[in-house]
Amino acid sequence: MVKGGGISQQTRGDRAFDWINYALLAIVLLIVLYPLVFVLSASISNPQAVNSGQMWLLPKDITFLGYEKVFQNNEILTGYLNTIMYTILGTSINLVMTILAAYPLSRRDLVGRNVVMALFVVTMFFSGGLIPSYLLVKNLGMLNTVWALIIPGAVSFWNIIIMRTFFQQSIPNEIQEAAAIDGTTDFQLLLKIILPLSMPILAVMTLFYSVGHWNSYFNALIYLTDQNKFPLQLVLRSILVQNTMSEMAGSSTSMTDQVLLTQTIKYSVIVVANLPVLMLYPFLQKYFTKGVMIGAIKG
Amino acid sequence: MGALSATEIRQLNKRSVWKSFLKNWRLYVMLAPVIVYLLVFHYWPMYGIQLAFKDFFATKGITGSPWVGFKHFQRFFDSYYFWRLLKNTLGIGLYELVVGFPVPIMLALMINEVRHNFYKRFIQTVTYMPHFLSTVVLAGMIMIFLDPNTGIVSLFIKLLGGTPQSFLTEPAWFKTVFVLSGVWQQMGWSSIIYLAALSGIDPQLHEAARVDGASRLQRIWHINIPGIMPTIVILLILKAGSILGVGFEKVFLLQNDLNLQSSDVISTFVYRSGIQQAQYSFAIAVDLFNSVINLILLVTVNFIARKAGGSSLW
Repeated sequence: MVKGGGISQQTRGDRAFDWINYALLAIVLLIVLYPLVFVLSASISNPQAVNSGQMWLLPKDITFLGYEKVFQNNEILTGYLNTIMYTILGTSINLVMTILAAYPLSRRDLVGRNVVMALFVVTMFFSGGLIPSYLLVKNLGMLNTVWALIIPGAVSFWNIIIMRTFFQQSIPNEIQEAAAIDGTTDFQLLLKIILPLSMPILAVMTLFYSVGHWNSYFNALIYLTDQNKFPLQLVLRSILVQNTMSEMAGSSTSMTDQVLLTQTIKYSVIVVANLPVLMLYPFLQKYFTKGVMIGAIKG
Repeated sequence: MGALSATEIRQLNKRSVWKSFLKNWRLYVMLAPVIVYLLVFHYWPMYGIQLAFKDFFATKGITGSPWVGFKHFQRFFDSYYFWRLLKNTLGIGLYELVVGFPVPIMLALMINEVRHNFYKRFIQTVTYMPHFLSTVVLAGMIMIFLDPNTGIVSLFIKLLGGTPQSFLTEPAWFKTVFVLSGVWQQMGWSSIIYLAALSGIDPQLHEAARVDGASRLQRIWHINIPGIMPTIVILLILKAGSILGVGFEKVFLLQNDLNLQSSDVISTFVYRSGIQQAQYSFAIAVDLFNSVINLILLVTVNFIARKAGGSSLW
């Protein structure tokens, strides 16, 4: 052990502080992790063991029946495919719109940019509300179409502000000026110089927007009526919240078996629905702090 | 050279504005889609708010529908629901503020004291995770865990010798379930902003305090907390301004006929009367009442914060 650094000169009180701090954080971790681990374990355990409390942490009598039923269910599969499509389409539009707005607004020589920013900020504190937006979507003929899920949320002004700040702070002005002298147009500048230097913020934006699309159910709830267009979250709602899936368990089994199987299906479907997001995010974690921090400073 | 007259300056300015517009026209083209989106999907709905003072007829459109003054507001204030909605919305909002607001601050202060980078990152990764669960999944998990017969919470309660409650059908429990599940989901994510603020505190302050013999707790109290106070105040103002803005999504999913008495909030009422029952004008009036109160709260709290000499939004 190296002696003599600042750290080894801790007082007894400081060491006690460390222990208490670690103990409290361990409790926090336990509280956060336990429900997640429980769902994962329950999804591959015998439902009898889960319901009676024998399975309380690690899987017991491993079975994959829940997952089998989930993957045999057409509603879930359709919902899954719909959600993938909405997420890809929606996120692409979000990103293009965000970049296209953030870049001009990051240019200090753009006349009128403060007016645009002011218009953005107003919408953060005051909005037309649910019904006028609904009537608008209805009048535009977008009810029961994909566009109702994508166009009304085509861009987040908050994210534009974050990206604009990133452009201003992280990309040296000299590069832009030099390129301008060389006769590069704004669009080429954005595409060839700015964006390649902005990968961290693009990663954060992609994550924020795609998770938003993946997890949203509200727009689908009010705008869609056609079941074939339902995203995964609406299918999940009928399974998890409304409990309408007895037919999924199969009719050949007895009543109790159906109830038990229903439980397992619920756990499995939670895992299936969240896995893509939970697997994606730790890889992007190192960028968040930056994204949130820029937002915090400017907000 | 003589001084330029005011008109000349104005003309010059006009010309230079026009010139810079010509020079940067490509930038305005890039900005155009977002401007169109902004006007159509954010400002046009604001124009629709006038329907709160009108009787909406689809055939006559927003502008053509006849004015009725405060009829819809009157109906809302007189209705049996008014006080119940106000009580629930305010109750949940305040509960969230009191319980939910301090937790991320404490968590950030604690994480900030972890010296090992590996543990620090691990704790962050884990505590951010629930933020990425969808509201539907969270509601589903709450329902499974709180099931009075088979839920894990009920099993634990039984193990400890208690009687499991029917948390989701008992109105008295609704707000607690709602707020605590929210804390579980968002405490990690909300702590990021405080961690960012903490990382901006000058290390020399800590160095100097250590030389003077300050303990860890004293340094947190006298350096870290004052250091992030501006951030805390700003977030508190924003939070206070949205105290009546209890979001629709989670309440709606956890709501059922049995707990409606304590779970019905303004946003779910607007959904029911507007989208489901198509009473557009009435629903807009209710929503407008809500936004106006929120705005007043925000301005008031901001004013108080500024007068108190701290930070403020404007």
